[in-house]
Amino acid sequence: MNYEPDEKGYFGQYGGRFVPETLVAPLDELTTAYFTHRDDAAFRDEFSDLLTNYVGRPSPLYFAKRLTKTLGGARIYLKREDLNHTGAHKINNCIGQILLARRMGKTRIIAETGAGQHGVATATVCALFGLECVVYMGTEDMRRQAVNVFRMRLLGAEVRGVDSGSCTLKDAINEALRDWVTNVDSTYYLLGSALGPHPYPLMVRDFQSVIGREAREQILAAEGRLPDLLVACVGGGSNSIGLFYEFLNDDVRMIGVEAGGRGPTLGEHAARFMAGGRVGVLQGTKSYLLQDDAGQIAATHSVSAGLDYASIGPEHAHLHDIGRIEYLSASDDAALAAFKTLSETEGIIPALESSHAVAAAIDLAPKMSSDAVMIVNLSGRGDKDIDSVIAAESPDSGRTANI
Amino acid sequence: MSRIENALQKQRAFVPFVTAGDPDARTSLAVLLKLAELGADVIELGVPFSDPMADGPVIQRSSDRAISGGMTLAGVLGLAAEFRRQCDVPLVLFSYFNPILNYGLDRFAADASASGIDGVLLTDVIDAEAAAAARIFGGSGIDLISLIAPTTSDERLELICRNARGFVYAVSRAGVTGARIDVSSAAEALVARARRFTRLPIAVGFGISTREQVEEVWRFADAAVVGSAIVSVIEGSLTSADTVVAVDGFVRSLLPQFAKTGAEN
Ligand SMILES: Cc1ncc(COP(=O)(O)O)c(C=O)c1O
Repeated sequence: MNYEPDEKGYFGQYGGRFVPETLVAPLDELTTAYFTHRDDAAFRDEFSDLLTNYVGRPSPLYFAKRLTKTLGGARIYLKREDLNHTGAHKINNCIGQILLARRMGKTRIIAETGAGQHGVATATVCALFGLECVVYMGTEDMRRQAVNVFRMRLLGAEVRGVDSGSCTLKDAINEALRDWVTNVDSTYYLLGSALGPHPYPLMVRDFQSVIGREAREQILAAEGRLPDLLVACVGGGSNSIGLFYEFLNDDVRMIGVEAGGRGPTLGEHAARFMAGGRVGVLQGTKSYLLQDDAGQIAATHSVSAGLDYASIGPEHAHLHDIGRIEYLSASDDAALAAFKTLSETEGIIPALESSHAVAAAIDLAPKMSSDAVMIVNLSGRGDKDIDSVIAAESPDSGRTANI
Repeated sequence: MSRIENALQKQRAFVPFVTAGDPDARTSLAVLLKLAELGADVIELGVPFSDPMADGPVIQRSSDRAISGGMTLAGVLGLAAEFRRQCDVPLVLFSYFNPILNYGLDRFAADASASGIDGVLLTDVIDAEAAAAARIFGGSGIDLISLIAPTTSDERLELICRNARGFVYAVSRAGVTGARIDVSSAAEALVARARRFTRLPIAVGFGISTREQVEEVWRFADAAVVGSAIVSVIEGSLTSADTVVAVDGFVRSLLPQFAKTGAEN
């Protein structure tokens, strides 16, 4: 089956381009540049050289022996994106896009960030190539991901706090789009997830699909067969589609895990396929959207900043509708418990985003037979989240302390 | 010729923009009636949206005020209908797509038409999706107003102008809404390029806030759109003054006809 979008960037009925007229020309320019360079040997060589020597790829596919044993079911492998340079999968996309920006002659890079991982990765590649970098970040996210704010500044980026709306990822994207529309000539918008107007969802997926290509080879080498199940967390959808894409035509079950937050009431979670999620248009793309009865974008909540977003990448919306990928949600509490479990059983501290995928694995593995094989995408490491976890576990958070 | 196109046939047309329901529905209606009384040729009515990505801080805040006051798309249509009972100045709704998509395009077209809306401008809809909306709106006698920007290629300009209805809205420069010091030379160049492809009236907006700028725009375009500057006056009046009086004073300072005669024309 063909999983490519059409030439207007539609995956089924989702995606496309819903932007102010001013952005059409820069998006056309970007699309042309992307299609020109992506199959160009020099571009591909430079991309893969940096992934190998700068990012440290391939990332290991690690058999989590103790976790598997503790849960007593499927054999669990972790795709270790947390071991990448800068600590998450986000850098894969940043390397690809910065090479493109350079070929397009852009001198100023802007980005949005939620958890700060994409901001750090963008600041990193800008430092690597000596380019000016401005990162927009919601003030709520700056508070809960303070370590990453420091890292971005250390890397020479300017971090601009955004205090409109819910002061999270969505608001940071609005502000980045406003910057871009004002500075189209000089500026490259380095979008961090499989979101936004065409060609971003396609391009980000392509750059992230290295995750699945490696994982496929690695699991064949380790197990001599394809896995039964893939699990990944879904914020905008880049680490998940990055893992899933290479397996779409295989007989492999896939589960995307959204942020279940504090519960199913609208405003308390960021699970777009749950209550309150309906088709809509936000920030350049048509997809599932958490919105109220009047079509205003709903507030969202997740303990993890990187999953705290009202919409989801359009390719996911399509894969959801055609039933190719299943979507579940994991609550804040389940993610926090998984954070702790993985730390204790494997000596690996996962990002709170990735902890949602681990939580689903913890739930599913015992229900599977002991010769079943699952791969969990460990999209990032959890060092950035220590403060959030301490806060979440403190007595006045309303949760029972269990660390 | 549509009502909007007709209203903009005269040169030196004035097109004010306000956000519907800012700060509340009752004041908003009074402001609209005042704008009409002061000689607005067409009024643009902004539908408040939670995520106005093409707007600067002034309109973002007005949108927030309107939403906090409970304004919804249905509420905007109610406000328009109330205005239409008292006044026949053409109304153009200015909206992001999601509230309208959520309402349902067909249902919206029917209800908007019944409320006396003459045109709709969708900030974030282009190309095939715009053409589809234009067909639906056109079926109810509503013009889909097209936007052009300095970054729009000639090829696109031709296409957009060919399908345009009512008037063509030229964005004065790449950027978000908000007052600026000068009218960019990009605006004049854009209008000149667009004239090659359309005979419709051309309005220029984004950043116009003074009488000098209005006169400057009138030199090369048919209509001047003034948005953020009026919305700022509304915002400024909230704590200290009567909003309608404040808007009245500002618009009088903006339009040359009041400077010369001191009277309405
Ligand atoms: C470690 C990590 N995982 C996952 C995500 C979610 O994004 P996506 O769904 O695009 O992978 C983020 C986003 O900030 C992240 O930092």
